[in-house]
Amino acid sequence: MSEEKKIKGPKAPLLDINGEPMHWLVRPLSIKLLWLGGIALLAFVTWLGTTVHPHATFGIEATLGFYSWYGFATCVGMVIFAKLLGLGLSKKDTYYDK
Amino acid sequence: MTSDFLISPSFILIFGALLLPVVRGWARSALVLALPLITLAAIWQVGDGVQMTAQFLDYELELVDGSNLSRLFATIFAIMAFAGGLFALNQKRVIELSAAFAYAGSAIGVALAGDIITVFMYWELMAIGSTMVVWSGRTPEAGRAAMRYALVHLFGGVVLLVGVIAYIQDTGSIDFTLMGANSFATWMILIGFLINTGAPPLSAWLPDAYPEASWSGTVFLSAFTTKTAVYVLLVGFAGEQILIWIGVYMIFYGIVYALLENDMRRILSYSIINQVGFMVVGAGIGTEMAINGATSHAFTHIIYKALLLMSAGSVMYMTGGKRKCTDLGGLFQSMPLTTIAGIIGALAISSFPWTSGFVSKSMTNQAAYDTEMMVVWLCLMAASAGVFLHAGIKFPWFVFFQKDSGLRPKDPPWNMKAAMVLFSVLCIWLGVQPGPLYALLPFPTDYEPYTSAHVYEMLQLLLYAGLAFFVLLPLMKRKLTITLDFDWLYRKLAVDSAASIAVTISKLLGGCVWVRDNLVNAVIDLASHHHNPKGILARTTPAGVMMFWVVVVLFAYLAMYLFV
Repeated sequence: MSEEKKIKGPKAPLLDINGEPMHWLVRPLSIKLLWLGGIALLAFVTWLGTTVHPHATFGIEATLGFYSWYGFATCVGMVIFAKLLGLGLSKKDTYYDK
Repeated sequence: MTSDFLISPSFILIFGALLLPVVRGWARSALVLALPLITLAAIWQVGDGVQMTAQFLDYELELVDGSNLSRLFATIFAIMAFAGGLFALNQKRVIELSAAFAYAGSAIGVALAGDIITVFMYWELMAIGSTMVVWSGRTPEAGRAAMRYALVHLFGGVVLLVGVIAYIQDTGSIDFTLMGANSFATWMILIGFLINTGAPPLSAWLPDAYPEASWSGTVFLSAFTTKTAVYVLLVGFAGEQILIWIGVYMIFYGIVYALLENDMRRILSYSIINQVGFMVVGAGIGTEMAINGATSHAFTHIIYKALLLMSAGSVMYMTGGKRKCTDLGGLFQSMPLTTIAGIIGALAISSFPWTSGFVSKSMTNQAAYDTEMMVVWLCLMAASAGVFLHAGIKFPWFVFFQKDSGLRPKDPPWNMKAAMVLFSVLCIWLGVQPGPLYALLPFPTDYEPYTSAHVYEMLQLLLYAGLAFFVLLPLMKRKLTITLDFDWLYRKLAVDSAASIAVTISKLLGGCVWVRDNLVNAVIDLASHHHNPKGILARTTPAGVMMFWVVVVLFAYLAMYLFV
């Protein structure tokens, strides 16, 4: 009975790099919840965008979810461009100390 | 000198800076806090038009010339000097504080100057003050960076001086007013101004020098040089089309280089160029909305960028100088106030609704939209998302969150916290209540930033940029690298070339042993042969011999005269 209690007892707290109990914000469950909340928020703001009459000076900005896909796509483009640039221009941070 | 003032507002900080080293303890702290406030009060006494003149050679300098634009820039410079001084109260190197105050006073001098000579004089004082601030980092890297910084700015100063002289020669006027890039003189002036904005190709001076200053020095540096450059562009070159494309380049340059960077203060330095790019675009568009946008953006940018650098400076101060993202992480657990300040600054720089960046930068985007510049508007929208990516998330994520570094520093001393709280409150207050800022802008405006459509659009743009960041996080893993820039030309190529030329010359001379051993020796031998004590050209000869030969020559001359 006592052994069973030990097995079913409260889990040992997750520890951080210093051996202290891990901060609640960085526990795996919190991170999972943050991802879920974030995805819900993204869906919500995309829906919000459909509830207002869009400006249409250029046309493209009135397309469905323009600001959502444009924000995502341009950021992906900038990161990839930066990585490609880095292939040629990145050097060790002691480069100028030699 | 004629004046409605006893003293120019800029002089209060410049001469006050000289007093700082001679007072100590609480008196110095009181002076550090009082000088910017007195300056601010003096700025608000400046009315429209010329208020103070002085005679210089044949010219009447307009030392103080008030307008909405100049007062707004001078105001934010004084506020910045106050908050920077508060943050730096426990900075032990008083020379840094003195230099920073002289620098701030000079920036106010530029903002209030009514003629191009006064602009130039304050411009150069700023270069000296800011170089001293970089140098006050007191590390070998800071010393070298200060030297490079000084060289770039002295070069810029020479270009500007050439332009100023040519402009006065061409027009006979020293008035600093809208000039446009339409002659050699005005192009030189424009180039001189652009160098201080961090425009290409000399952008690298900024991320090279600013991060090398002390934990407090970089806070001052972030505010004055680039924003006075924006001010002079707005006065002298508003509507100059080329500025739009220079600004767009700066915007994306800042984002791309910041994405590759590991040093948190270099990330924020690249971000300065990115933000100034928006202002340069605004100056280039040149409409009332665009100029209001660039002006309000400069105002809010100074606050939130200083806040970000205060947060980074606090991390440096409390961790013993750590500034690489690879060494940091997890600091939110022990530095809650610094983390919150950093996040507020990050949200403001990203133009998040209800922050100061939203109500200011949006005006520039709106100006591009209103003037139907589709490509420019699309670039600005992409860049708005990119700002959230490189500064809005990357900076707080890698410094305060990401992997746990195990570091547990506390929040910094009270004065540093007070400065961060002050600017955090301003970031949110200006975002929620933009009316007072709009009332101070150069042109009356009824711009309404908080329409449902605008708020929803911005939220979509930014939150999906955030999604891109976390999806692409593996691609942004930090490494101990730097990214080469145009400064490679003078930091590496020129140095290596000079070394290579020196070696080549040395080898050439070394290879010419024959020259040294034979030809040179032969010349020496020949000279020695004729000039040794018994040589024909050096030996002493009795005066009688000389007289004999003179008589011979005279007789020869007489004979020729008589018989030839």
